[in-house]
Amino acid sequence: MERIKTLETRDLCESAVNGGCGECQTSCQSACKTSCGVANQVCENTEE
Amino acid sequence: MLHQYKLNGYNIVLDTCSGAIHIVDEVIYDMIALWQEKDEETIMNEMLEKYSHRDDVTKEELILCCEDINGLIKAGKLFTPDTFEDKAGTFKERSGNVIKALCLHVAHTCNLNCSYCFASQGKYHGERAVMSFEVGKRALDFLIENSGTRRNLEVDFFGGEPLMNWDVVKDLVKYAREQEKIHNKNFRFTLTTNGMLIDDEVIEFSNKEMSNVVLSLDGRKEIHDLKRVDYAGNGSYERIVPKFQKFVKERGDKSYYMRGTFTHANPDFTKDILHMLDLGFTELSMEPVVCAPDDEAALTPEDIEIVKNEYEILANEMIRRYDEGRPFTFYHYMLDLTSGPCVYKRISGCGSGTEYMAVTPWGDLYPCHQFVGEEEYKLGDIYSGVTNDALREDFRSCNAYSREECKDCWAKLYCSGGCAANAYHASGSIRGIYEPGCELFKKRIECAIMIKAALDDDKRKK
Repeated sequence: MERIKTLETRDLCESAVNGGCGECQTSCQSACKTSCGVANQVCENTEE
Repeated sequence: MLHQYKLNGYNIVLDTCSGAIHIVDEVIYDMIALWQEKDEETIMNEMLEKYSHRDDVTKEELILCCEDINGLIKAGKLFTPDTFEDKAGTFKERSGNVIKALCLHVAHTCNLNCSYCFASQGKYHGERAVMSFEVGKRALDFLIENSGTRRNLEVDFFGGEPLMNWDVVKDLVKYAREQEKIHNKNFRFTLTTNGMLIDDEVIEFSNKEMSNVVLSLDGRKEIHDLKRVDYAGNGSYERIVPKFQKFVKERGDKSYYMRGTFTHANPDFTKDILHMLDLGFTELSMEPVVCAPDDEAALTPEDIEIVKNEYEILANEMIRRYDEGRPFTFYHYMLDLTSGPCVYKRISGCGSGTEYMAVTPWGDLYPCHQFVGEEEYKLGDIYSGVTNDALREDFRSCNAYSREECKDCWAKLYCSGGCAANAYHASGSIRGIYEPGCELFKKRIECAIMIKAALDDDKRKK
């Protein structure tokens, strides 16, 4: 039986190595305007 | 730190700090829940007893389960320790005083008189005003001057109703396009509008220049017209919907959101989402109202429970329509699991008051659009820059670890510590929390992850 299925995700610990370029969209700018969520942002770091 | 939950037939284990998501069978789910409290032998014995009715749950099988769990731990995908706290302040410190996004309040006036408007009908508790080209131009120069090495600069034309100052919007876009070439920047514009003044020229210009347009529609006619009325008290639905439909149709594949607000009048907001779908819109966002708790529009504790259930209904509808080949987007269920934000972004907070600021029609700077009109939150102006350094530092120190309540919360790497304005309005401090907002946020993330599990589920696909 398949006990565990792991979805493909970005490893957040590894993202600490080259992350933090700051080019991604400011969190609530441009869409919701009333709540903070970062999970729907897209990484724009082209050097990783 | 782990978060385990069951939703829609899926047993989901979220390893907060690695970001790993595991969909597991019920035995593994129970074993993981006990893993840090008991030894392997005890856990296996408990499982043999609990699942004695199942032939496949044998000692041999449980030994393999233990190996699987230990394998995930070893791979850094389960029980990953939280090592991010000391990094939480570093990103904003490293960014210095770089500003990369402005919300330009080009019009503190509005042609609608929506009763729930957080901006008091666009006036932000002040006088009616529109931004001149000179002020807007200086704001863009200010943004370029303070953007450091950031290339992507975001400017949102906001109000009030920005189309009431449309000529200035167009002139500012033209000016920014000239400047971006000179300074090697890339401007991304957004227009947020109530739709009343949309015409062919607005559509053509916006579809060429605006990276995103946010179109305010609350859903069903009776719901929309309840709050979104003109100064004579007439609902705006009939006047705006055909304009929005034309706008979106001609927009092609460029980004847009139909953005609604739900209140005490419609905690069953999924019906409004379905209505928007019926109108042909597929990129949707519905937000809980922002208002004082004693406001008639405010969501009650009973409403919050209804809304949480609605989020599940909505998630199931999304899966169903996806299977039928007619998918749609709900802003808060968008999760980019493979190429989403890095951990610095996730722990640094939303950027309000530091990399993101709002500019009033006369050039004052505030931490974000929701603080405009709160005098003690004025940061400075576009001529002298930020002069209230203490306030900027206060916002700089807001992050996923700056609130006691967030430290042990599994969702902190999805919300970054939450919205400072919501916290301020709910608790009187930007370091407070807005608990109903947290509750709804967590529910949305649970649903969003469940949707990912369902869409990845081969058995369901068959």
